Amino acid sequence: MIPELGHFALALALMLSLAQGIFGLWGAQRSDARMMAAAPPLAAGTLLAVITAFGCLMWSYVTNDTTVANVVQNSHSAKPLLYKLTGTWGNHEGSMVLWVLILALCGGAVAAFGRELPSRLQARVLAVLALVAVGFLAFILGTSNPFARIWPPAPDGQGLNPILQDPGLAFHPPLLYLGYVGCAVTYAFAVAALIEGRVDAAWGRWVRPWALASWSFLTLGIALGSWWAYYELGWGGYWFWDPVENASLLPWLAGTALLHSAVVVEKREALKTWTVFLALLAFGMSLLGTFLVRSGVLTSVHAFANDPARGVFILVLLMLYVGGGFALFAWRAAAMAPTGVFAPLSREGALVLNNLLLCSIAAVVLIGTLYPMFADLILQQKISVGPPFFNTALFPLAVPLVAAMAIGPLMPWKRARLWPVLQRLWWAALGGAAALLLCLAVEGWRIFPALGFAAAAWLILAALADLADRIALFSRPAAAWARAKGLPRAAWGAAVAHAGLGVTILGLAGMGLAQDRLVLMKPGETASLGGYTYRLDELRDAAGPNWRGREAVLTVLQDGRTVTVLRPQKRSFPVGRMTTTEAAIHTTWLADLYTVMGDERDGGAVIRMHHNPLAPWIWLGAAVMALGGGISLSDRRVRVSAPAPKTVRGEAPA
Amino acid sequence: MTPWPMLLPEGVDRGSAAPVEAPPRSPWRRRALLLVPLGLAAGAGAGFYAMLRGMQTGDYDPKGLPSALLGKPPPDFALPPLEGSDRPALTAAELRSPARPVLVNFFASWCLPCVVEHPMLTRLARAGVPIMGVAYKDRPEDAAAFLRQHGNPFARIGLDLPGRVAIDWGVYGVPETYLIDRRGIIRWRWAGPLTEDMVSRELEPLLRRHAA
Amino acid sequence: MTGRAAFTLRTLALLAALSAAPALAAVGDPAERLRDPALEARAEAIGRELRCLVCQNQSIEDSDADLARDLRRIVREQIATGRSDTEVIRFVHDRYGDFVLLRPRFTAATALLWATPAVALAGGLLLILAMRRRIATTRMPAELTEAERRRLRQIEGDEAPGEEAPPATSLRGGPGGSGTPA
Repeated sequence: MIPELGHFALALALMLSLAQGIFGLWGAQRSDARMMAAAPPLAAGTLLAVITAFGCLMWSYVTNDTTVANVVQNSHSAKPLLYKLTGTWGNHEGSMVLWVLILALCGGAVAAFGRELPSRLQARVLAVLALVAVGFLAFILGTSNPFARIWPPAPDGQGLNPILQDPGLAFHPPLLYLGYVGCAVTYAFAVAALIEGRVDAAWGRWVRPWALASWSFLTLGIALGSWWAYYELGWGGYWFWDPVENASLLPWLAGTALLHSAVVVEKREALKTWTVFLALLAFGMSLLGTFLVRSGVLTSVHAFANDPARGVFILVLLMLYVGGGFALFAWRAAAMAPTGVFAPLSREGALVLNNLLLCSIAAVVLIGTLYPMFADLILQQKISVGPPFFNTALFPLAVPLVAAMAIGPLMPWKRARLWPVLQRLWWAALGGAAALLLCLAVEGWRIFPALGFAAAAWLILAALADLADRIALFSRPAAAWARAKGLPRAAWGAAVAHAGLGVTILGLAGMGLAQDRLVLMKPGETASLGGYTYRLDELRDAAGPNWRGREAVLTVLQDGRTVTVLRPQKRSFPVGRMTTTEAAIHTTWLADLYTVMGDERDGGAVIRMHHNPLAPWIWLGAAVMALGGGISLSDRRVRVSAPAPKTVRGEAPA
Repeated sequence: MTPWPMLLPEGVDRGSAAPVEAPPRSPWRRRALLLVPLGLAAGAGAGFYAMLRGMQTGDYDPKGLPSALLGKPPPDFALPPLEGSDRPALTAAELRSPARPVLVNFFASWCLPCVVEHPMLTRLARAGVPIMGVAYKDRPEDAAAFLRQHGNPFARIGLDLPGRVAIDWGVYGVPETYLIDRRGIIRWRWAGPLTEDMVSRELEPLLRRHAA
Repeated sequence: MTGRAAFTLRTLALLAALSAAPALAAVGDPAERLRDPALEARAEAIGRELRCLVCQNQSIEDSDADLARDLRRIVREQIATGRSDTEVIRFVHDRYGDFVLLRPRFTAATALLWATPAVALAGGLLLILAMRRRIATTRMPAELTEAERRRLRQIEGDEAPGEEAPPATSLRGGPGGSGTPA
């Protein structure tokens, strides 16, 4: 009964979205207020329908309803409740429902928070979002129905991959999808603007909060995925330039460029074409990721196994939305008149440079990801494009980006002179140089970590310099505190976000200095690494709710004092017939002590120890970046929120 | 800092009566530029479609890997015989210029798909195709037991316990099968079990072509 | 057997055959490491350039699959006998082809790939220059004054009379608190 209800709810959502799309677009075209007014309630209805559907699916998982094929394939009665719940989206069909759920949430949010938007714009935005939903709901109902039943019911589920039964991984998809699907909102704004034929400062202001929100979530989602890989996969790697990882990075890069570009549209009414294009591109990259993961053209640990027929459907959707968007762009963008004039050396100029570098980085990542596939198709050659390529090709683009990132926020609009700006950054430059020299002195000729430390110091100190400059901390210190309190939150947000990137780079540089040791240890033996001593106390059996295995008990000492006890394990899952290794990690502010247990022999076990300096900062930095985005978002000037209720008496209608 | 010469100087004063007239720049160039994203997307879409079709027909295989030794002779090697199999040892000399095209099959007793493909090998051997076997990373007792249980289609068998010779061939898993023509050149490599469909579609035509 | 079914069977069988041990955590064997730390560092660097062919997108250093272990051993043996990095990589490349190299060789086929950073930058710069040229030669309406701009906003309904919208073109470094836009 419940699955049928869910199935019906999906179909209902499809109908409601279709209506929302038609009424929104037609109403806006005819300036028909009644039709346009139908769009927000329809969005609310769609949201309710999809929530119902998702709830039904989740219910089937929680109750382990083995008449639902999806539950049988992906769940098991022995799974802990949390993972039954999160298993709802741990498979192709369920994750598509999550995708559509978030899309419906975005529609609902635009309906609720977008009341101050001009009605035509809001109607068009809701309509475009609805039309995207129509496509994906059709895909779900047509090819990936999560509510397909089997009869007679299976005795039990076939379990989920035990690697996926993990809190980090459980929450990685929702965050990531909030980012991916959030790009649909900026896409809808871009399409609406193209249809209207008008991109102006107001549009820039309205787009920005949505761009910020989706970017922040995407940052968190990517970071969570990377952190999960680090602690779960067992060798301390956290980014592999895997095609699916790249597919999440591409919308992030486009989204970052969009974020900055929208500022220029808002403040200076320039870069309109770029910004609209970036909004289209960000969602396009998000859809490309969806295609790559679910069509089977890629082999990747992330890829859901799928058949090419589904791939064709997604390809059609991809071409429809991306191709349609670009076609509209080619047709209508010519009509957008550029207005703002600015000198090349100005904040606008810096943001143009920012756009250029981010788009170039995105181009390299995109080409690098797609090249092997197209080389196989066209040249019949199998080549690999792996981390060495990406690291080599992106480094020369990242360096100017980091350098410019610090300078840009301090530059005035319209026209700037470089020297005064650089003067304000002298201590950031000094800090960078000091970090570089310090690293070289202490660690020897390790050039990349040294450059990383320099970049981190440069960015963090530059963010501080930005804030100090805005509150005139050094020139007029008396009133600095008052100015700080009055400083718009968007300014704080930007500084925090830029500093956050510096923090992440700090972590990356630290990881560049990581050390490891591989030792066969017997109980009682010790090994030392990075100033710590590791003593193997015992090897013993261990068990959990759906696994059993072996565990090594390691006491970690520093200067004779016990710091912690680490218990790396090897786990065996009978249901999935898999074994995994569980790393044991002790995190301090300065480093991660990361231990893994290998094979046992001769009465001892192979233990691998890593000393990863500053590793936690990689993901903390991403959290700081997202925090910066959140701070900016909380700035009332940035949000769509209106000229407050105190106005509006005898006003000319919009 | 002076703006670039091509930019208007900061002299677009407010209140200036006549805006600057200029010969309009070619609108077609801008149009062409704006069409580039669409063009690229269309191209990529066509490529993806070709990939999807190719996956269905088997032309495009994201998981397959061509052998680096195609068109070259096999590497030099000499493997010991497999005890208990009643077959002579396998060395590179036997593959130098065989009387007719030869298959070399890498197998192991611990490999499940090898069991699946074994009847196919037996069938080919009975049809007169000479098949050489290499026991990859297998203990002699286990490999011999495997052959006793499932049949022994091999004319010669080499035992590659450390797996080094396999690496010289570019083997990355078992089972793998190579076709060597009468001049001793590797013409074809299949990674995975030999299936009915694949044998009739690819292998048999090749055997016929190189038999002459 | 139909094409589709054969494809599926083949894929499954291939996966079953070629994924030997779960290639998840590369713990490795202390015995396989080289004594000399400099040589071991070289071996690791080379290992990071070689793909583990039975894994999902890992290098042979990161994987504990049998094949990865064998290749790691071979790399170390070769280095210990004094071969150069290029020779070791060529050894593996001769046997496994281009796919095993995580850093694609620079050939005619991959020239476009390696050129991407330069092409993207150059292309972008040209685009920017072209757009600026166009802006410069487009008819430019006279700029509005601040008062005119505010009036326009009121007419468009973006702002009520008396409400102050964020200032558009104030230069930085003006009197403190001039609301420098973020």
